[in-house]
Amino acid sequence: MATAHTIDPTQVLTLDEPLTLDSGQTLPGVEIAYETHGRLNAAKDNAILICHALTGDHHVVSDHPLTGKPGWWVRMVGPGKPIDTDRYFIICANVIGSCMGSTGPASLAPDGDPWAMRFPVITIRDMVRGHVALLDSLGIDTLHAVVGGSMGGMQTLSLAANFPERARAVLVLASTARHSAQNIGFHELGRQAIMADNSWREGDYYGFEDSPEKGLAVARMAAHITYLSEEGLTKKFGRRLQDRSEKTFGFDADFQIESYLRYQGISFSNRFDANSYLYITRAMDYFDLAEEHGGRLANAFRRSKARFCLVSFDTDWLYPTSASRTVVQALNAAGKPVSFVELSAPYGHDSFLLDVPALDRVVAGFLG
Amino acid sequence: MTALRPDLAVIAENVAAGSSVLDVGCGDGTLLAALRDEKHCDTRGMELVPANVGACVARGLSVIQGDADRDTVFYPDKSVDYAILSQTLQTTMRPDLVLDELLRIGEKAFVSFPNFAFWRVRLSLLLRGRMPITRMLPVVWYQTPNIHHVTIQDFRRLLKDRGITIEGNWFLSGDTSCRTAAANFLAEHAIFLLSRAA
Repeated sequence: MATAHTIDPTQVLTLDEPLTLDSGQTLPGVEIAYETHGRLNAAKDNAILICHALTGDHHVVSDHPLTGKPGWWVRMVGPGKPIDTDRYFIICANVIGSCMGSTGPASLAPDGDPWAMRFPVITIRDMVRGHVALLDSLGIDTLHAVVGGSMGGMQTLSLAANFPERARAVLVLASTARHSAQNIGFHELGRQAIMADNSWREGDYYGFEDSPEKGLAVARMAAHITYLSEEGLTKKFGRRLQDRSEKTFGFDADFQIESYLRYQGISFSNRFDANSYLYITRAMDYFDLAEEHGGRLANAFRRSKARFCLVSFDTDWLYPTSASRTVVQALNAAGKPVSFVELSAPYGHDSFLLDVPALDRVVAGFLG
Repeated sequence: MTALRPDLAVIAENVAAGSSVLDVGCGDGTLLAALRDEKHCDTRGMELVPANVGACVARGLSVIQGDADRDTVFYPDKSVDYAILSQTLQTTMRPDLVLDELLRIGEKAFVSFPNFAFWRVRLSLLLRGRMPITRMLPVVWYQTPNIHHVTIQDFRRLLKDRGITIEGNWFLSGDTSCRTAAANFLAEHAIFLLSRAA
């Protein structure tokens, strides 16, 4: 039965040259884990690059090797789905800095020890440099489209701005061209939770029995709240109690929402590296596409020949509609073809991953 | 130009081939698609209703969700050959300011609207003493999106006051054109092509 899904289709590219980073440092021996679906045509012009979010990975369709859960975007990507693997060659690569196969702080440095906090601070553009190196190795000059939600949307915008000849269409879901003070604030909360965990050991916890899983769990709990809407939380949990009929007058997880967040925190700790969380959140905080282009966002898209489409969700308070509109206005000012729609969905920021039929129609329509 | 609404057909016929257009209030993108496919225009649109924006995107059009009263400000000056406002003027908060915006963004502007001085509308108001409900104005007064009813005479007066030049005008009664002379009485529907000296 369905053996295709039990085989991990991960492929790994090792870069011959060190990757030069925005910080001025170089990263040697970079490995990029990725998976592909569908078939690249002879002209090599039917490829779509999908960029994953903060805690995502390249398992966009295939089962996750640690959790066994289906790929994170199976509802959107597959045969006959809005991102149709019968027609397009789909590439999804794990970002550098992550812990799911691409080089990150848990990988071994040239001296044979884990990088840990010696790993250079990376940016969204550095992640994109990794993607572009992968496209080069696959012989793909120009993508049919680059697609991403949340942090994936940042990579998508960065690719459009910095490598304008590499994609003909750019689809950005629930994302932003810069991290706001509120965004940075929530990330700093998460990082401090990790660093406050004694098991963090200034990042040198590899090889020890214990890792900063409690700190990482707290970081995930805080972040998870930002991914959901108040309306969604109220509908799903309200003030309902967890497996009990009365409050205990203690600090157990009395409420369902507490139990849910604790579970989310722990299960995240079991699959993700705390140092990767530090590095990737830092990359997101540093992201400001206008700053990279002389302070004017419109300048970022000056050289682009791509079509753009942006989608926001009315209950997303992490990257609200105003963040998408800022990008749309810059693209208008630059005279670029752009579509934009704010969709109504109850799930908050996570809406782009969930069942929103109107999103399916927009994605399928835009990709053509 | 088959199957286009009559006022849209007039606009489509009179847009120069290969020109750039912005359709403000573009609905499901019928006019934009026709201009793109049959006149090879560089098209873009703005539309308030998300489902309509979705329909436009599904046709491969570049359309942003936005409000004609608020969101045109983000288009650069003279960035298109034609700004189009079909059947939308009377739904805006400030039609006069929207008109200025159209002529800021477009070298020229097409504006179409239902004529409130059409004889059937007049007759309905005269005989029944109630806000008219007609083919062009099918919704009761408290639900209609048409918050600024306008007549052809009113519109001409506004153009004169604001120094706007009429490059062309077309008048429709039902689906057929009617004479310019008695348009304010006979026309159900008016289409103007406008420009403004720099």
